[in-house]
Amino acid sequence: MPAVNETIETVRSVTEGTYKWGFETEIETEFAPKGLNEDIIRFISAKKGEPEWLLEWRLRAFKAWQAMSEPRWAAVRFPPIDYQDAHYYAAPKRRPKSLDEVDPELLKTYAKLGIPLREQEWLAGVATSPDGAPRAPVAVDAVFDSVSVATTFRERLEKEGIIFCSISEAVREHPELVRKYLGSVVPPADNFYAALNSAVFTDGSFVYIPKGVRCPMELSTYFRINAKSTGQFERTLIIAEAGSYVSYLEGCTAPMRDEHQLHAAVVELVAHDEATIKYSTVQNWYPGDAEGRGGIYNFVTKRGACRGARSKISWTQVETGSAITWKYPSCILQGSDSVGEFYSVAITNNFQQADTGTKMIHLGPRTRSTIISKGISAGHGQNTYRGLVRISPKAVGARNFTQCDSLLIGDRCGAHTVPYIENRCMSAKVEHEATTSRIAEDQLFYCRSRGLSEEDAVGLIVNGFCREVLKELPMEFAVEAQKLLQISLEGSVG
Amino acid sequence: MLKIEGLTAEVEGKPILKGIDLTVPTGEVHAVMGPNGSGKSTLAYVLAGREGYAVTGGSVTWDGRDLLALEPEERAAAGLFLAFQYPVELPGVGNATFLRTALNAIRRARGEPELDAMQFLRLARERLRALSMPEEMLKRSVNVGFSGGEKKRNEILQMALLRPRLAVLDETDSGLDIDALRIVADGVNAMRGPDFTALVITHYQRLLDHIVPDRVHVLVDGRIVRSGGPELARELEREGYAALQAQAA
Amino acid sequence: MNLVTHAKGAAGFLHRFEGLRERLPGARLPWLAALRDEAAEAFRAQGFPTRRVEAWKYTDLQPVAAAGFDEPLTPVDDALDLPPARAGARAVFVDGRFRADLSSLDGLPFAAGALAQRLDALAGRLGALARPAEEPMAALNTMLFEDGLLLELPEGADGGVLELLSLATASERPAAFHPRHLIRLGRGARLTLIEAATAPEGARYLHNPVFEIELAEGARLTHGRLQEEAARAFQLATVYARVAAGATYDNFTLNAGGRLVRNEIHVALVGPRAACHMNGAQLLAGEQHADTTTALEHAAPSCTSRQTYNTVLMGRSRGVFQGRILVRQAAQKTDGYQMNRALLLSPEAEMDSKPQLEIYADDVKCSHGATVGELDPEQVFYLRSRGIPEGRARAMLVEAFLHEAVEGVTDEPLRRALDAAVAGWWARQEEGLAA
Repeated sequence: MPAVNETIETVRSVTEGTYKWGFETEIETEFAPKGLNEDIIRFISAKKGEPEWLLEWRLRAFKAWQAMSEPRWAAVRFPPIDYQDAHYYAAPKRRPKSLDEVDPELLKTYAKLGIPLREQEWLAGVATSPDGAPRAPVAVDAVFDSVSVATTFRERLEKEGIIFCSISEAVREHPELVRKYLGSVVPPADNFYAALNSAVFTDGSFVYIPKGVRCPMELSTYFRINAKSTGQFERTLIIAEAGSYVSYLEGCTAPMRDEHQLHAAVVELVAHDEATIKYSTVQNWYPGDAEGRGGIYNFVTKRGACRGARSKISWTQVETGSAITWKYPSCILQGSDSVGEFYSVAITNNFQQADTGTKMIHLGPRTRSTIISKGISAGHGQNTYRGLVRISPKAVGARNFTQCDSLLIGDRCGAHTVPYIENRCMSAKVEHEATTSRIAEDQLFYCRSRGLSEEDAVGLIVNGFCREVLKELPMEFAVEAQKLLQISLEGSVG
Repeated sequence: MLKIEGLTAEVEGKPILKGIDLTVPTGEVHAVMGPNGSGKSTLAYVLAGREGYAVTGGSVTWDGRDLLALEPEERAAAGLFLAFQYPVELPGVGNATFLRTALNAIRRARGEPELDAMQFLRLARERLRALSMPEEMLKRSVNVGFSGGEKKRNEILQMALLRPRLAVLDETDSGLDIDALRIVADGVNAMRGPDFTALVITHYQRLLDHIVPDRVHVLVDGRIVRSGGPELARELEREGYAALQAQAA
Repeated sequence: MNLVTHAKGAAGFLHRFEGLRERLPGARLPWLAALRDEAAEAFRAQGFPTRRVEAWKYTDLQPVAAAGFDEPLTPVDDALDLPPARAGARAVFVDGRFRADLSSLDGLPFAAGALAQRLDALAGRLGALARPAEEPMAALNTMLFEDGLLLELPEGADGGVLELLSLATASERPAAFHPRHLIRLGRGARLTLIEAATAPEGARYLHNPVFEIELAEGARLTHGRLQEEAARAFQLATVYARVAAGATYDNFTLNAGGRLVRNEIHVALVGPRAACHMNGAQLLAGEQHADTTTALEHAAPSCTSRQTYNTVLMGRSRGVFQGRILVRQAAQKTDGYQMNRALLLSPEAEMDSKPQLEIYADDVKCSHGATVGELDPEQVFYLRSRGIPEGRARAMLVEAFLHEAVEGVTDEPLRRALDAAVAGWWARQEEGLAA
């Protein structure tokens, strides 16, 4: 979830060409020493007061990670990462017990990002959408570097039996749930970055929606990397019991720095019978400057398991930030008649690279999936859609539809489409379509002849190009995402 | 006043306009007629500033201002509106969003306050009613899946909202049935007044029965070869362009 | 354990190369000896790739690696049963070696004959397009080829229709042969080449041809490939084509025979307004595995490419389509289209598709599509409601699907050959289904 109040300001300053979320908060921070080894993992685990089983779990993941190497199949290029040259734990020194004790600097930070952490501010309409209208309250878990600093609206949610807290807290308060589900969708040794995350994850959000409950408000986590030379390794776990519904949003920003910072998150979703999880991301990590210096390496593993019959998991992502994005939010469609969706907009401008897509693994009968991907490349950006649709022999009557469209702005960027389609079931039907084009000259002229500047015309046409995806976002966030798209493309025209 | 003097232009190196002189006093509606390939649409695009239509000589001024020096959006802000012969499709861009963005861009350029969503919707509904167009038209993507007639009506709707002072209508009548033609003509006639100037480009006289011009000019092979009153249009309808073409050749 | 190459298989070929090195055709030509040595190094490095290698993700060469081949026996001059000629001119290869006695190439207005006879004139040309370092089968071919067809059409020549027939003989032990075909069309020259590969039922062999095709400005080559290898045979074919300004390369490949088959085509459009049409049909049943892999490079502006591949799968067969369109930065105004469809007619069949776009120019129009599914039940019902029995209704729809793949072929003789092959295949399947 990007800055709300600030968005207006940002739009106003479009011509200045700056990343508006790039400020740094002066706050006393406690670090683990640089480096990655068993001691550091023990340190993190001890800091969090974790039970023995979790420490063991982390150490096993670490062992697995040591035997793995970075995946190199994605169409992204970056110099080797020195995994020993980073802090794996950074937390504000003053740890609040309640919202009233949250460091005022932190409150200010989140307010500046448009995310009031005080519930009364939401209720008082402090949070406004870019149109100036007050927003419906959203429950927020705010993660600052390695720790969750506040979670709002908990009491109201607890009335419904909903658990929304940081994962560290969940480990302490609901160990049986965490132990049952952690790593059940993304195994600790699933891939290089997931193994790294499993070894060193520091915080993240935990959501549990009990049977039959429709979560009354949007849940949201706001991630902020602040400290230097740190990575962020959050872990999110969402469990939707039978017949429940939840819509969850995540947003992220980071200060502008010349160094690259690593963000390697793992998100696991579990949907039981007839449950629906809608997971939306507006990813706005610092993308680096116009020459490609700095920016976040966003290497993320997100996967949802549709375990129950008629369950549904829907991923929507708007990826505008990060120097490199490597992520494939996926669905394992196990329950019969379960549904997986992936709606994605990815923009790469300047020297950004994105290799993103999804996997739809059809295991159960009559499972259905839809993939809509819109890639926009500008500047020297490289944008790749990479996706897998696999239909197993038992997925009788399964259906997939995939549409991947790429838009190129300028002749120094690249747009790539790499779908894998594997069908082992006769009665399944898989359809894939992809197109690549640029903004047509006559479209631009038509808009300009109606009075729009070239930049506005491009913004409008790009938003139109992305409409099928943006309409999947909760409404207020869609408006922000639209503005963000335009900002991300700034300087790409003319 | 629109003043075109000695205007020459080429497309892909090929001369199309070969010296056009034309003056439209403010408040008048003039028609430009001509056979296919005479340069009618080129004239429209040159006036609106389309890339690829290179002006090689002459001048165009609007109320004394050099129109050719302006970007397309600046011309729009200056009050120019081109109704396209082939309106462009913008997939995913809602008609309402498009119209509001355009209207506010122009209002901003003129130093007028922008309209918020509610104000705009009120205005748009009012204009739609005036043009007997369904409100559903605002929800659809710009021109996508519109019939030929709907596209033309959408152009007139845009004109009614943006309220230009100088409109260039490029074969707005082509592909219209008689009912749509009347709606389009009514839309234009409703705009007429001492502050509204228009250049109606057409192949046929038909439209001019509904939008009666003050003057008619005949364009053949990139030049105005004849000018006259509204009766000239009827004469052309009777006798065709052949004689004038032979004369010009 | 080596993950990227099958341990077995490559060693036998490398060993054979060591033994034959001094006796292979052109062994005394230093450039060719060097070329073969480099290819041997490349093959040693790559071997038979496993599915860990991205280009071979869906085709496992394990059966080929495990087969253990002999070199073909010295050609016997026995009269062989040749299939009826598809064109007046015909070049016949038996077990990879040119057979002048069976060929009819007299009176052609251009040079056509055995590559082995002309090696001394081919420095710089042979190997100009093939990439042994990237494609291990091309490395194997370069290392061991003994012969092939050499075609050279001068400027403006109309070569009419020529058939290239590849026959394998049945022998005790499986044989491997690696013909190298070199084709060059001068400016504005035209040719239809119908290539047919077949063998007596029961023959076991590896047919590993490599084509290097160069088309000068405005030339046009229609290249039909009718792959009807014996049921236990392997064909791993690699075609390289380089297409100059205004020239057109048309390739139609029918994959109907063989146990494990790969049809790999690399086309580079290097001059403005060059065009390429790559179409094909894969007709698979039983345990067959067929792979069509295309790589199309748009390197110059205003080029056009069209690809349509249809696959029908029965039994436990497995079909693969991998198609990559690469548009380089210079290739503005590119128009590229690719479609691959597959019809699964059996619950045990599998189809894997990987269409791919890689685009570095902005003023382009590129699209691809892929569908995999069974016959449309609504269509079947529609036909039945008009009184057509279900079996016939299904057959009609399959025929229509197959026909669709062939209908783009405008060259009459090729079209006839393809129609006959498709109809014959489907008739055999229907018999099988009825039995």
